[in-house]
Amino acid sequence: MIETNDLSKQFNNSFWAVDGVTLTVQPGQILALLGQNGAGKTTTVRMLTSLLTPTRGWATVAGYDVVKHPQHVRTNVGVLTEQHGLYMRMSGEEYLDFFGRVYGLEPQARKTRSAYLLEYFGLAEAARRRSGEYSKGMKQKLALARSLMHDPPVLLLDEPTSAMDPESARLVRDEIIRLRSSQRTIIICTHNLAEAESLADRIAIIYRGKILLNGTLDELKREVLGPVEFEAIFASEFDAGDLHLPPGVTLTSTNGTRLRFRVETPQITNPLLVKIFTSHNAPLVSLQEVPRRLEHVYLKTMADAQGVSYAA
Amino acid sequence: MQRDLKAVWLVARREVIDQVRDWRIVVPMLLLVSLFPFIADSTTRQAIGFMNRFGGGLILDNLIPFVVLVIGFFPLAFTLVVALESFVGEKERGTIEPLLSSPLEDKHLYLGKLLVGVTTPLLFSCGSIIIYLILLARRDVAFPNMYMLSLILMLTFAHAIFMVSAAIIISIQATTIRAASLLASFVIVPVAFLLQAETILIFWGNEDILWLVIIAVILLSGLLVRLGLAHFHREYLLGREIDTINFRMTGRKFFERFKGSAKSIPDWYRHEIPQTLHELRKPLTIVLVLAVFAGIASYIWVVKYVPAHVDLTPERVSTIRTFVADNLTDLDEMSQRLPAPILFLHNTRTTIAFLLLGLLSFSTLGLVLFMGNMGLVGGVMGAARLIGYSPLITFAAGVLPHGIFELTAVILATAAMFDIGVKLVTPQTEKSLGEVLLISLADWFRVFIGLVLPLLAVAALIEVYVTPQLIKLAFPYF
Repeated sequence: MIETNDLSKQFNNSFWAVDGVTLTVQPGQILALLGQNGAGKTTTVRMLTSLLTPTRGWATVAGYDVVKHPQHVRTNVGVLTEQHGLYMRMSGEEYLDFFGRVYGLEPQARKTRSAYLLEYFGLAEAARRRSGEYSKGMKQKLALARSLMHDPPVLLLDEPTSAMDPESARLVRDEIIRLRSSQRTIIICTHNLAEAESLADRIAIIYRGKILLNGTLDELKREVLGPVEFEAIFASEFDAGDLHLPPGVTLTSTNGTRLRFRVETPQITNPLLVKIFTSHNAPLVSLQEVPRRLEHVYLKTMADAQGVSYAA
Repeated sequence: MQRDLKAVWLVARREVIDQVRDWRIVVPMLLLVSLFPFIADSTTRQAIGFMNRFGGGLILDNLIPFVVLVIGFFPLAFTLVVALESFVGEKERGTIEPLLSSPLEDKHLYLGKLLVGVTTPLLFSCGSIIIYLILLARRDVAFPNMYMLSLILMLTFAHAIFMVSAAIIISIQATTIRAASLLASFVIVPVAFLLQAETILIFWGNEDILWLVIIAVILLSGLLVRLGLAHFHREYLLGREIDTINFRMTGRKFFERFKGSAKSIPDWYRHEIPQTLHELRKPLTIVLVLAVFAGIASYIWVVKYVPAHVDLTPERVSTIRTFVADNLTDLDEMSQRLPAPILFLHNTRTTIAFLLLGLLSFSTLGLVLFMGNMGLVGGVMGAARLIGYSPLITFAAGVLPHGIFELTAVILATAAMFDIGVKLVTPQTEKSLGEVLLISLADWFRVFIGLVLPLLAVAALIEVYVTPQLIKLAFPYF
């Protein structure tokens, strides 16, 4: 579990890189930390690995305070850093063995774990080649394998699928999902919003060191974009002006055969609407939720934070 | 302990793998190690032939130990780059963060790198020296004796530890490999000077003094290792990106510390100076103890051992006393022969010399110089006793009046200097090495300007105008 309260970091007594971050990530949960470059994601992760000392606030990782028990924190965390950080003159096998030793794994455990990870990430054939000869994606996979080598309960992953081809990215996402199901606590820092949307249980958006939003995707959508929007499609043009709509329904747009509206409680209101449409002999073809991507949430949040208007 | 050793070895082993697989390190080193002894051997033969023709026997006797010293030094200077880039190189290549995020402790990382940094050049140095000695054994020249050879090997070892420990500090503090390489001269130049001094000692045949050099260099290296460990901050290694000197900010920080929260000079004297003295109480106690020890030890040594070396028959003592009396008759002209401002400047210069030597050596050389001065006072008292004067009266009349101010000033300045060295080698997680140095220097200047200079000024006036009169009163027969 990861817990932070008012976690803050000031550099040079002037610049607050992280300012009052309060988060909780439960075991079996993935939190996606989103934000612009320099928003404070890496600084937050570095505080969670006891590399930077918080200026204010506190954080516990796997039950250990990041300031009081840095060694325990580091033992229980697997970190995938922004740069892959491989030793280019070591082979993939040697590299994983080195970090296995660093984390105190026994020889047999090192061998088994390293073989499994190399195999899983499709690096078995290149295991004895120096990592300097690897492609970008292979390097990224080896770095991810390093962070998983000691099978840590907490994972902090910075751009886990960057530089990977779609197959490899899928492989990594599957592994992350598997890790979640085995009760690992995971934070992913990413610019890949589709990935965050597909993986994360909770999403936090950080801007200039402050958390602007934190919640599930649905909570965020509702908070930023308002109530859910639905679209009714009709077989022929239909004039919605004659309809007597039930309370709680707000028409947002009409366009010939399409009608868009927002409702606070779709589970109650939508069946009523369908009844109204059929009673008015409206040729209803479909009624579905208008897809709202995390991208809209993110861009709108950023636009609001910067005081500029956002056009979807 | 075993766990620590294993972790240090783990870091060292990885470094070795990295070095052995880098042809840019291995090939030049192998060339240097294998070719340089042949070049040195050829040069030695030419030099021997030249000196045999022109009778340079004295130089000839010590030429080979000198060449061994130089052969040992070359690989050290070359492989310094490995130590210089040990941390900053990893930072630049982005490999440092996974390592720092691991459970390895600071000391494991630091000592692992230090171990490889020292061992690799030493192996190359020893290899080079062995090849040279094998070549030498085949020539018709006197082989250096084992004692001298051991001294040279120990000197090479001391140089290696000193250079590598300094290079690793640079590597931790520098932000780029380029910056670290540029700072390498701060390691190579002092060691080159040291090498010249050692060469002089070798050619003068003062081999035994080389022991002191070895001990001093190893002591300094130990302090450098301590300094490196004390200022090894993971945060600093990761966070620092720019290392340009900001003179304005440096000056502001220095002045802020120097001034403290004082609003006026009386306020500064009322609050800040007592605060500084309070913070200096430990170094002050240590310096005071060292001063008393040096004075008493020197007094006892003079009284006990000087009679064995100096003729102190009654006639000789009488001559000395007459000589002293003749010289002391000029006491009235003291103010013309040694004006108070000159005396003040001399004493000021001495306290600054303590600081400069202290800065170069983590306070050790400054303390040695201070103890030498205190020893001088004790020695003069001992000499006074040997020629029949009361040491107590000599001290009371000749030293105490101005000494109350002068010795107090020197003790205060030395304590503040000692404090700088102690702070530099003490872990301070909240401050960088530069900040620690800046703050300690500001504290030293507080003491220097606020107390030492006024005390030295008063001492100079008393020494010129009062002490001579008191000596005349104490010794009326002059």
